[in-house]
Amino acid sequence: MSDLVEISGVAKHYGTKKVIFNNLNLSLESGKIIGLLGPNGSGKTTLIKLLSGLLSPASGTILIDGKSIGPESKAIVSYLPERTYFNESLKVRNLVNMFKDFYADFDEQRAYDMMNLLNIDANMTLKKLSKGNKEKVQLIMVMSRRAKLYLLDEPIAGVDPAARDYILQTILTNYEPTATVLLSTHLIYDIEKILDEVIFIKNGEIVCHKPADELREERGMSIDEIFREVFRC
Amino acid sequence: MSWKFTGETPIYIQIMDEIKLRIARGRLKAGDKVPSVRELAVMAGVNPNTMQKALSELEREGVLYSQRTSGRFVSDKMPGGSDVKNDVGQKYIKTYVDEMRLLGYGDDELAELVNRYIEEERENE
Repeated sequence: MSDLVEISGVAKHYGTKKVIFNNLNLSLESGKIIGLLGPNGSGKTTLIKLLSGLLSPASGTILIDGKSIGPESKAIVSYLPERTYFNESLKVRNLVNMFKDFYADFDEQRAYDMMNLLNIDANMTLKKLSKGNKEKVQLIMVMSRRAKLYLLDEPIAGVDPAARDYILQTILTNYEPTATVLLSTHLIYDIEKILDEVIFIKNGEIVCHKPADELREERGMSIDEIFREVFRC
Repeated sequence: MSWKFTGETPIYIQIMDEIKLRIARGRLKAGDKVPSVRELAVMAGVNPNTMQKALSELEREGVLYSQRTSGRFVSDKMPGGSDVKNDVGQKYIKTYVDEMRLLGYGDDELAELVNRYIEEERENE
């Protein structure tokens, strides 16, 4: 059994005092949409940044498709950060070209198809787009890669409910069936129906990692309700 | 875009119920081709694996059948002769009977109450 993601014994702290992970162990299979759910400050973004290679663990190992984090893993990981990092004076078209240059697995046609569906003009500069459209462009870039692992950090935060539906639909329509999508959010109600598995993370510990429907059946509650119960203060 | 789902029941079971309901109401007919897993998943706004599970279960129950090269279809009869409409109808009757018993009605009153309701409805038309 080779899992797509193998995290073992990972520790990560910021400075000497702020411990995020002490001994993190986690395996993710291929072909799943997995929700990484936890309150603010629980370690969701840190975990995603460790997988994307933006942060390195203090100890422990992380393997993605058998490769340690580096250029080889980055070639198969498509990452949507929490905040946009694009140069605002770029045109959408320039952004597409940039992605095409950077990533061998980028599917230009797919990107333009998605933008056409949304009536996003590729000749617009990013700063002229609305916040919602900016987020959509960013997601389109990320989902247009034919990656093995998609890391989406809060893909639906800060957009209106209609755009949320669109974003979820984009994820469902465009992810490669053999790829895994790991998405972090605290807006559980909106996404729980697209999830295969859920991971609850609390103070850097994984408190639960299960198939979503199994959890729902076991507890007789929605994931949203279970989440509220697990993380009640 | 998506179907409505409630919290407590597994989503694959809710999808199965929804498809049976569509068959029972005649929106899907025997012999109709069912869209692909991927298409249905996007329509319902659910995970493709969840949709796959729901469709396989419906196949196991005999509500759908698949033909190797051409896809999945709605079958006209479930094994054992009962049809989907009957099956869904039985479920509604069960809900009625269960709820009325909880309210303290006796079993002998239940049919009578239904008849009276239908009569009153007719008179009011």
